[in-house]
Amino acid sequence: MNQPILLAGGINLFKYAAPQTFYPLAGRLIPWFSWTAAIFCVAGLYVGFFVAPTDHQQGEAYRIIFIHVPAAWMSMLIYVAMAFWAGVGLIFNTRLSHMMVSALAPTGAMFTFVALWTGALWGKPTWGTWWVWDARLTSELILLFLYFGFMALQAGIDDARRADRAGAILALVGVINIPIIYFSVKWWNTLHQGASVSITSAPTMAATMLTGMLLMTLAAWMYAIAAALHRVRSIILEREHGAEWLKHHPEAAK
Amino acid sequence: MGALLRAVIRRDLLLAWRRRSDVATVVLFFIIVVSLFPLGVGPEPNLLRMIAPGIIWVAALLACMLSLQNMFASDHDDGALDQMLLAAAPLGMIVAARAFAHWLISGLPLVILSPILAIQFDLSPELSPILTLSLLLGTPILTLLGAIGAALTLGLRGGGMLLALLVLPLYIPVLILGAGAVDAASAGLGADAHLLLLAAQLIVTGTFAPWAISAALRISAE
Repeated sequence: MNQPILLAGGINLFKYAAPQTFYPLAGRLIPWFSWTAAIFCVAGLYVGFFVAPTDHQQGEAYRIIFIHVPAAWMSMLIYVAMAFWAGVGLIFNTRLSHMMVSALAPTGAMFTFVALWTGALWGKPTWGTWWVWDARLTSELILLFLYFGFMALQAGIDDARRADRAGAILALVGVINIPIIYFSVKWWNTLHQGASVSITSAPTMAATMLTGMLLMTLAAWMYAIAAALHRVRSIILEREHGAEWLKHHPEAAK
Repeated sequence: MGALLRAVIRRDLLLAWRRRSDVATVVLFFIIVVSLFPLGVGPEPNLLRMIAPGIIWVAALLACMLSLQNMFASDHDDGALDQMLLAAAPLGMIVAARAFAHWLISGLPLVILSPILAIQFDLSPELSPILTLSLLLGTPILTLLGAIGAALTLGLRGGGMLLALLVLPLYIPVLILGAGAVDAASAGLGADAHLLLLAAQLIVTGTFAPWAISAALRISAE
């Protein structure tokens, strides 16, 4: 890592791998992400609840997808992001990457729970049952267990360095297992309807529904980034407690 | 390299032989858990025949997990693990040999016992060998995946429960394919697909798990 990677503007990206430079940067970014999350959320909910038409088969109950689908996407994406940062942390031995992994986990678990919960709320009027043991529900549930396992492991280790690296290995083992789990559960039982949005074929839903869903997805992205940055700042404060550079930040001096 | 593998396996088998009661505990646990289910769900033969593969598989999963807790613990306590980490031989090989020895001690007995337990559940003579074969392919995967968890939770407070939380979600594909093999055979579909997938998973896990176990051991022993 002797050759710094330079952006077009000549900014050294690796500069921000250090907690002391990332901390103020994250502080400046959080309001931007929070506000865009709020704006996208309001816009998405407005489109979802007032503009999008009622579904002729599912009635009004379908509107839960505006929360359900983004949450389900984020739950999977955040685990992959965690594994990515875990890999970066193990390879380059950067503390901040490990902090990012720990910061992402609760948000990922929250989205997984929301996806399961809203799925149950949608399933009751549509399928007539809160829960069925079908492939996607089951693998989402297992994903929630993986998040819990990761958080429990990190909480169970007192030494921060060991917690970081043990968690990183678990996250990587988990991400390799996710496709295996998904396909095994899929072969085991499939009741769930096929995916309604895919990249290869045209969406089978009305354009306004899709707009609402995409807006909510963007809101979920922005929220996840803002929440992770906020949490990473707290982790930095906790770990770097008493460091000289923190004295220049008034909120940390308390 | 062959001498190293033999030495490590021989050592672990010898240790297990000296502590025979530990091995017996795992096997007895397996038998008792399996025997509890008919008492819980009732003695209806058709029902028992239907749920037998699942029950035997879940019991094997739990028994494997129980046995994992002392896979590295005593070596960690008496310093033998540090010697293995410092040894000139590649840690991955040592770990693979230890996992194999551990499977011989705590996985193979379950495989051998499964036809007897299958009789308890009146599983037909055609299905019983498939159950045994699925366990033969599946239990090494359980040992290898579990060893990653055992290495990560080495020396932690509440290690046993934590190990269960980490490892059980990763066991789910093995459970599905293993119990599914018997179900597919009893439905007349043939168990080949499930067994081949289990074998594929065994190969993949056998290739990559030793690396993960070594890395986890190095982190935990620091």
